[in-house]
Amino acid sequence: MSEYNIIDHEYDVVVLGAGGSGLRAAVGLSEAGLKTACISKVFPTRSHTSAAQGGISAALGNMGEDDWRWHMYDTVKGADWLGDQDSIEYLCKEAPKAVIELEKYGVPFSRTEEGKIYQRPFGGMTKNYGNGIVQRTCAAADRTGHAILHTLYGQALKHKTEFFIEYFALDLLMKNGECKGLIAWNLNDGTIHRFRSHITIIATGGYGKVYYSATSAHTCTGDGNAMVLRAGLPLQDMEFVQFHPTGIYGHGTLISEGVRGEGGYLVNSKGERFMERYAPNAKDLASRDVVSRSMSIEINEGRGVGKDKDHVHLHLSHLDKNVIENRLPGITEAARLFANVDVNKEPIPVVPTVHYNMGGIPTNYKAEVITVNGSEKVVTGLMAIGEAACVSVHGANRLGSNSLIDLVVFGRAAAKRAAEIVKPGAPHEVLDESETEKCIDRFDKLRNAKGETLTAELRLEMQKTMQSKCAVFRTEKNLKEGVYEIRKTYDGMKSISVKDRSLIFNTDLVETLEFDNLIRQAITTVDSAYYRKESRGAHAREDFPKRDDDNFMKHTLTWCNGKETKIEYRDVHKSTLTNDVQYFPPQERVY
Amino acid sequence: MVQINLPENSKVKKGHYYKDKTGSKNIRKINVYRWDPSSGENPRIDTYEVDMDNCPSKVLDVLNKIKNEIDPSLSYRKSCAHGVCGSCAMNMDGKNGLACTTSHADINGDIDIFPLPHLKVKKDLIGDLDGLYKQYESIEPWLKNNSKDKNDEIYQSQKDREKLDGAYECIMCACCSTSCPSYWWNGDKYLGPAVLLQAYRWIIDSRDEDRKERLEKVADELKLYRCHTILNCTNACPKGLNPAKAIAEIKKMLATT
Repeated sequence: MSEYNIIDHEYDVVVLGAGGSGLRAAVGLSEAGLKTACISKVFPTRSHTSAAQGGISAALGNMGEDDWRWHMYDTVKGADWLGDQDSIEYLCKEAPKAVIELEKYGVPFSRTEEGKIYQRPFGGMTKNYGNGIVQRTCAAADRTGHAILHTLYGQALKHKTEFFIEYFALDLLMKNGECKGLIAWNLNDGTIHRFRSHITIIATGGYGKVYYSATSAHTCTGDGNAMVLRAGLPLQDMEFVQFHPTGIYGHGTLISEGVRGEGGYLVNSKGERFMERYAPNAKDLASRDVVSRSMSIEINEGRGVGKDKDHVHLHLSHLDKNVIENRLPGITEAARLFANVDVNKEPIPVVPTVHYNMGGIPTNYKAEVITVNGSEKVVTGLMAIGEAACVSVHGANRLGSNSLIDLVVFGRAAAKRAAEIVKPGAPHEVLDESETEKCIDRFDKLRNAKGETLTAELRLEMQKTMQSKCAVFRTEKNLKEGVYEIRKTYDGMKSISVKDRSLIFNTDLVETLEFDNLIRQAITTVDSAYYRKESRGAHAREDFPKRDDDNFMKHTLTWCNGKETKIEYRDVHKSTLTNDVQYFPPQERVY
Repeated sequence: MVQINLPENSKVKKGHYYKDKTGSKNIRKINVYRWDPSSGENPRIDTYEVDMDNCPSKVLDVLNKIKNEIDPSLSYRKSCAHGVCGSCAMNMDGKNGLACTTSHADINGDIDIFPLPHLKVKKDLIGDLDGLYKQYESIEPWLKNNSKDKNDEIYQSQKDREKLDGAYECIMCACCSTSCPSYWWNGDKYLGPAVLLQAYRWIIDSRDEDRKERLEKVADELKLYRCHTILNCTNACPKGLNPAKAIAEIKKMLATT
């Protein structure tokens, strides 16, 4: 251990991750006068928030009547009644304020003729509790995430947030079940940094890279999730993985739901607009899980397009040229670059592609991490926000444009809560060295791994297993094989090989640490899926095709120690936060 | 005559040659700049023979193939893999671009891959952009508007919003600035095309009330007027933006106000 140069820091709050939620939290914390560090393995504007295209939902009512209660109903229904309705109420009620705030920060939203923020229709977003389509998704052309991320980074600069950029976080520092900070590795100079903080906010995003084909960035490896698992805490609802209906076939690049919002539609090899059969009302704007399943059925029944009949077509050439040029310029470029398609003339080949993790670190609506020990308990000193968190507002299936709003609403909530709890400049406790030793030991072992198997081989094996055993449709047999095979890959780590032993920008080691993070999440995902014997939202079991509210209207909590998992459940919150809205009891979910 | 020579430790040496082991008939040679600060050795060019029959279409795919299958020690930045995050900017076949959107089929012969030019190198293809980020911070990239009403959005006409098109899309990959000879020479003082495009983005935002001060701030012989309209920036931008035009607009605004 003496080989490592450890540098100590003390902060009131540490934010891990500098995407939309991390930056929004950091801004709020700086405003509250808390000494804040924001740590990220990539420069903030490289974060995956930049890839969000279609928009951010909020019942502003700029383009026709809207009500946050309608938004809440849509979100509850989209979540297939697995969302906590107190949190969903908070999200939808706070959403308009959060978007106005972004506008004031300078986000270059597209505009209506009156000069208000432009809003477009999106999947599952309806008026008057499911009666007709509403335009609720605020957009900056089809680059909304990029616009928001860059604006938030500017705000963080304005508030003089202290950044630690290209630092790779290794582990949380825990003491008696409370979080006291974290340890990170500075890629720029190879030093190890120990951050002590009264609150640590995890904002590390999703873990799409456990799958072979995903719209996720290479960096979406759920590092914070894995740190939480290693700290002996559970992850929640990990079986719920969203497949976006329209990833570019063969490449996985996202094509925004905004394309269908603006009037695009899906077609099978017979030229049918097949969504009319599966969702007679919402059609192509049904919830993402519904559209992805419908596409998979079309393909499985032989009505896919292409040489292998393994994808479908997304048509938009019928749209007004101005609409394509002004509102969908980004996807026009993506289709040209990655599918060699001119969208004004040809359809885009698309296939359901892994896109979002509804599951993650369990929190309440104040962003405080919770665990279960008899009853729900708050984990002192630890918060989680954004895709890394499972609040749970998205339940079993997230609606498009509800993720960007999740980032800013709960990023802000975390800062607010932290400001209530932490007194600026409060002294830090002395920590036992054993936590640091444990962390450095794992780091050092991987750094000096002398096996025969390249990290990339194991990663590919994991990704192929997840893609074939834990995909859109799942069965007992498939999942059982998945549970077994993913552990074989885990065992493969015994012979993992790291060739680069250096400490400065050793990306061989970074990818190995990321794989170590991914494999734990793969195990929790496939195990959680195996034990949920019902179909709900994105979790579709062919052997249990119905939703089972009696037995499974509850959140899965999965602990993972090595390859051993422990699964428990906690009840979905069946009450709202205030009397402004009534609880929405479960209904059959049709679009 | 003054003799100008590279310092001894900057001379790029011939590196390792990695022969194809797959037996593929469709091989391309990829020459990659390598430098490991921990080794104490000079930079070198490693050559990899890559089986192109089993390689997707972009240069980033080639690099991933090398890293995953041939040499895991090769270091470069990558993230979104579809041209929105700006991580994988580098110099390929003598031209700056994003590895994830550049097709290797568009490059003839061997593929030469270098870090972005005229940056300090941190390792292999990873350039040091800290200076550029500081310059970005110096233009204060946030909206300055003192409207008191917290709950109302600031209205902006479609026409005013249109002015931001071509500016707000910048992904800060630095392909433009590192292709600019003026920035190579005076990169510590000249803001360069990437940062000036961002300065322009805030100057022309109709919601911003600090236009005059913003203009005054960049109206500097070194910060702004080191642009000599070479247009390498516009040529290099992987997003099809036109930083040179934005700089010209700033100069025009200064000349007419």
